[in-house]
Amino acid sequence: MAPVISVSGLSKTYASGFTSLNNIDLSIERGEIFALLGPNGAGKTTLISIICGIVNASSGKVAVGGHDIDGDYRAARAMIGLVPQELHTDSFESVWATVSFSRGLFGKPKNPALIEKILKDLSLWDKKDAKIITLSGGMKRRVMIAKALSHEPQVLFLDEPTAGVDVELRKGMWDVVRELKAAGVTIILTTHYIEEAEEMADRVGVINKGEIVLVEHKAQLMQKLGRKRLSLHLQQRIDAVPEALAPYQLALSDDGWKLAYDYDTKGERTGITSLLGDLRTAGIRFVDLETKQSSLEDIFVSLVRQ
Amino acid sequence: MNFRAVAAIYKFEMARTWRTLLQSIVSPVVSTSLYFVVFGAAIGSRISEVQGVSYGTFIVPGLVMLSVLTQSIANASFGIYFPKFIGTIYEILSAPISHVEIVLGYVGAAATKSIILGLIILATAGLFVPLHIQHPVWMLSFLVLTAVTFSLFGFIIGIWADGFEKLQMIPMLVVTPLTFLGGSFYSVNMLPPAWHSIALLNPVVYLISGFRWSFYEIADVRVEISVAMTLAFLAICMTIIWWIFKTGYRLKR
Ligand SMILES: Nc1ncnc2c1ncn2[C@@H]1O[C@H](COP(=O)(O)OP(=O)(O)OP(=O)(O)O)[C@@H](O)[C@H]1O
Ligand SMILES: [Mg+2]
Repeated sequence: MAPVISVSGLSKTYASGFTSLNNIDLSIERGEIFALLGPNGAGKTTLISIICGIVNASSGKVAVGGHDIDGDYRAARAMIGLVPQELHTDSFESVWATVSFSRGLFGKPKNPALIEKILKDLSLWDKKDAKIITLSGGMKRRVMIAKALSHEPQVLFLDEPTAGVDVELRKGMWDVVRELKAAGVTIILTTHYIEEAEEMADRVGVINKGEIVLVEHKAQLMQKLGRKRLSLHLQQRIDAVPEALAPYQLALSDDGWKLAYDYDTKGERTGITSLLGDLRTAGIRFVDLETKQSSLEDIFVSLVRQ
Repeated sequence: MNFRAVAAIYKFEMARTWRTLLQSIVSPVVSTSLYFVVFGAAIGSRISEVQGVSYGTFIVPGLVMLSVLTQSIANASFGIYFPKFIGTIYEILSAPISHVEIVLGYVGAAATKSIILGLIILATAGLFVPLHIQHPVWMLSFLVLTAVTFSLFGFIIGIWADGFEKLQMIPMLVVTPLTFLGGSFYSVNMLPPAWHSIALLNPVVYLISGFRWSFYEIADVRVEISVAMTLAFLAICMTIIWWIFKTGYRLKR
């Protein structure tokens, strides 16, 4: 199936001469949740802003649902809902009015029942008549989500949707995202909470210094790049790792009861068998062992450091 | 045409007007009344007639124009500057709407507001002096044309301004002097010949002259020239706005 968003050769150099995107190629599949990760200033917001029509690209092409974002901007933009990173809200409008305004702006006929559902899903229903200025930051963030959902987008951009939202409401928000995905909406999100990407995303893209450094299915990514850690709970505490085991670069816990061994699951030989043999030789016995896959965060940090 | 979007913007802007009713309507009415007291009563009692009408009556069209010009610019420039300033412009830029639709929404609302205001001021004037309008249709046409033209001009200022000072600068330094010197309170024919020629370089002279003609059939310049000048200014503003949207000037980075 054709990708719902295709970006090719996209570059952006700001008027200041700073290049924030450098020849980006990216395809987003219909119906997936795509997490765009990258350190501060990597170019995530710039990329989203170009696709949504807020920033002009310097070169390159973007199509949404097959519609060019310049040539056929109406059709392209009609598909998109955007929740920007910064909290940009009116002050004196009511929640209900501002959400209804968004729907009108996108050319959709009035649908109070839908807006009611959206506000209820986002726990905003009791605030529907409140002026936006009287809301807290987290509530404003949800108002912006409601605005983006009001016009029933097929593609939803969430630029750090959970920044400043408390744990409970964050869960509620992810429930909304899951529901949208189930309804066939494509979701592109950025977040600095990597657990969120790990939990929610189908695919992960990492952007650094304006270049896409990796796009991968989450599971494959973790498998391919994942390192594992083998932890051994010792029968007796030891003071230091024996000299003979030095090549394994084992980490001894402070209390001396635990040894940890990091290995690469990609490697032909993980070294576990020989480690276990050498441990026996060194007279170290253990009562329990466990292995743990490294998280997306570890992968991310190692990628961006390179 | 995305009419719903135009309606949404228009309604949003008009809601702002009703919310700020006091500044929007009351203060121009009060200041116009003050003009009447100062110019109409105090000075007017010393000037008997201008071109066959009493001075108080003579200044009515100029006063209405003065308010319509300044209010059109103020409303429209603020209307588009504010979303830029607080960032809500992102939604306008990302919506499936054309430039024409954006302009229709914002400029339409700003013009509506200043037309309503102009009519209120006219009614206020009616409390001070007897009014007679010879060509009501022309009068309304001039009013609408001026409101639309200067709302477009205000829209341009609002996009150009990147600070509140700039937002105020053009209206204060250019528009207010031009309107005051444009014959609101006198006929440019009353000026000495040299000043008269200079005054004719002022575009506002043509607006006020044409508008006054629709009331009393007295004019400083021929009414056709007034209409042509207004339309020319309208065309210039539209061209600039077309260019702004084409290049994304001050709207998109
Ligand atoms: N208007 C601008 N003019 C010049 N440079 C800009 C402008 N906007 C952004 N940049 C630069 O472009 C780069 C990318 O910015 P962007 O906002 O896309 O980063 P980001 O990945 O979203 O970061 P964050 O995680 O902090 O949100 C940054 O170095 C930023 O300083
Ligand atoms: Mg960002």
